[in-house]
Amino acid sequence: MNQSQKPLDITARQSGQSGFYSDVVKEHFFHPQNFMENEEGYEADGMGMVGSPACGDVMRVWIKVDPQTSRITDCKWKTFGCASAIASTSMMSVMLTENGGMTLDQARNIKPQDIMERLGGLPVRKIHCSVLGDKALRMAINDYYRRQGEIDKIEIEQGRVIDKVLKITDHDIEEAVLEGADTLEKVQNKTKVGTGDPSCIPEVEQLIRFYKEKYFG
Amino acid sequence: MINMLNKMKQQTKDKNKKLKPAKKITRPVLAYLDNAAATSLDKRVLKAMTPYFSDIPANPSSLHAPGQAANAALKRARKSIAEHLNGHEDEVIFCSGGTESDNLAVLGTISAAAKFIKTNHGADAVPHVITTAIEHHAVLEPLLHLQKTGVIELSLIHSDKEGLIAADDVISAVKKTTVLISVMYANNEIGTLQPIADIGRGILKYRKQNNSAYPYFHSDACQAAGYLDLNVEKLHVDLLTLNGGKIYGPKGTGLLFVRRGTKIGAQILGGGQEKGLRSGTENVPGIVGLAKALEIAQQERIKESTRLTVLRDRLIKGLLKIPKSRLNGHPIIRLPNNVNISFMDIEGEAAMLYLDAKGIACSTGSACASTSLDPSHVILALGMSYEAAHGSLRFSLGRQTTREQVDRVIKYLPGIVERLRLISPVSLDMSHFTNNQ
Repeated sequence: MNQSQKPLDITARQSGQSGFYSDVVKEHFFHPQNFMENEEGYEADGMGMVGSPACGDVMRVWIKVDPQTSRITDCKWKTFGCASAIASTSMMSVMLTENGGMTLDQARNIKPQDIMERLGGLPVRKIHCSVLGDKALRMAINDYYRRQGEIDKIEIEQGRVIDKVLKITDHDIEEAVLEGADTLEKVQNKTKVGTGDPSCIPEVEQLIRFYKEKYFG
Repeated sequence: MINMLNKMKQQTKDKNKKLKPAKKITRPVLAYLDNAAATSLDKRVLKAMTPYFSDIPANPSSLHAPGQAANAALKRARKSIAEHLNGHEDEVIFCSGGTESDNLAVLGTISAAAKFIKTNHGADAVPHVITTAIEHHAVLEPLLHLQKTGVIELSLIHSDKEGLIAADDVISAVKKTTVLISVMYANNEIGTLQPIADIGRGILKYRKQNNSAYPYFHSDACQAAGYLDLNVEKLHVDLLTLNGGKIYGPKGTGLLFVRRGTKIGAQILGGGQEKGLRSGTENVPGIVGLAKALEIAQQERIKESTRLTVLRDRLIKGLLKIPKSRLNGHPIIRLPNNVNISFMDIEGEAAMLYLDAKGIACSTGSACASTSLDPSHVILALGMSYEAAHGSLRFSLGRQTTREQVDRVIKYLPGIVERLRLISPVSLDMSHFTNNQ
């Protein structure tokens, strides 16, 4: 991983802050933008959903795409979750559609860190609530290509899916370890892995050991 | 030299800058309904405490006149508390709050009993402890830790689906190696009251029949103190936990009642204060405040219980009109100030923050509001689903609560739930309230 790709040091940036929400988070939580008020009659070009109500977060994302430019012209969403989950999805929908809309390639590269930065940060223990929106989005993009018949453009989640309910991959765990999470608890705080599918926890622990040794010896 | 002095002055200035005044609440709090988390300080309590902050500054262990004045205040407080508990002055151990008191009760009695168990039941025997699955973390966590490290054997008694523990279930779990039973008087999350006196009688009977000093009986009465009888002779408890910060007394104060003859080891060592069980200079203003708070709470408990029961039932009735909602805990055998309701398809923290924006303060059992990733262990222990626990809200009423405040919640919450359900992609039917697995 080179310098430019290095993830933002959320923890350190946040440590000086209180555990409460920024004004931007509050604004998006109390006045969520682009949420799906009425599904009836909405003709989406792609739809994606992740999470389960049992583990506390569910996000569903709908997109409309201009086939000429491959830009997202509209994005609607629904979220079951706490303030940071709702605010993150709301902010993501704004980022996708502002300035004429992102191209699908740009949209695919949105990371939870980008959304968090626009939100002015999230309390450390809330970061895991915001990591699902971009996954739902990538599923919606794949769904779009599937509907278009452009099967070759479908991108399977980077890496192998470890938590089948939350669609957490080994790549997500690798990133969490790189950001300093060296125990199962810390990795869970960043990714929520295992809360949807507890059967994967032994594998997660193995992966944490593997990546710790790989990067930190 | 002068430069250095100036530099130091500057540093002091900078330091002072950092000591910001308390953050003002920008919105008016129109209905504070989180009294199970923390209560305000009663003005009468503050008045009783005031002289002991500055006018009488001394350490009660000091032999000079100011020290003796502090000591006299400590004695008066101890006497007053002993009277309200129907115990003796030497049975009151002051400490820093509910958590420390629970820890002392649990860790102290187990450490003192370990040798007894090994002598009487063999070198491989470990003390056995009984508690409930809906206990406060301050009791559960130390016990789970001891279980994990092999120090004790632990039995968790499950409640019924309304949060009631059956006395018979507790007594029938007792075995020869049982040294401690800990059951809370009233639950902090769902307010359910437990049959402490019945359990106490059962334990006494067992001890008599088996001619044994064990098992001891501990009860956490932090939430009960404002509403229920604390007579230790009627409750038959050996150890009782109280917390000042939950009964309109000062925060950071608490006590453990330890019946005479109970074998218990100290958890904090030092100057030997509190009969050697809790070293550290006594918090004289805090203890004076705790005594005054308990006095007022016990004097007013019946009147206050009657008043709050009406408001509680009004709130429950009003909120259960919201579709897909369900009361957690027993409808009647519960604290007069506790309302805990789950709303399907929404997440508790989001609802709590929307209520906060309307000047209503409450709490939630959702995982998102806790430091762990799991929602309330109490609501899950009732056999409720994770979904229901994530969507639970607790309103705990108090001395300042009025009918107007309760009506404010009834007025605003239906719209908030409706709005969050509109944002939510989840729509489960009522069967998902309970855990069917």
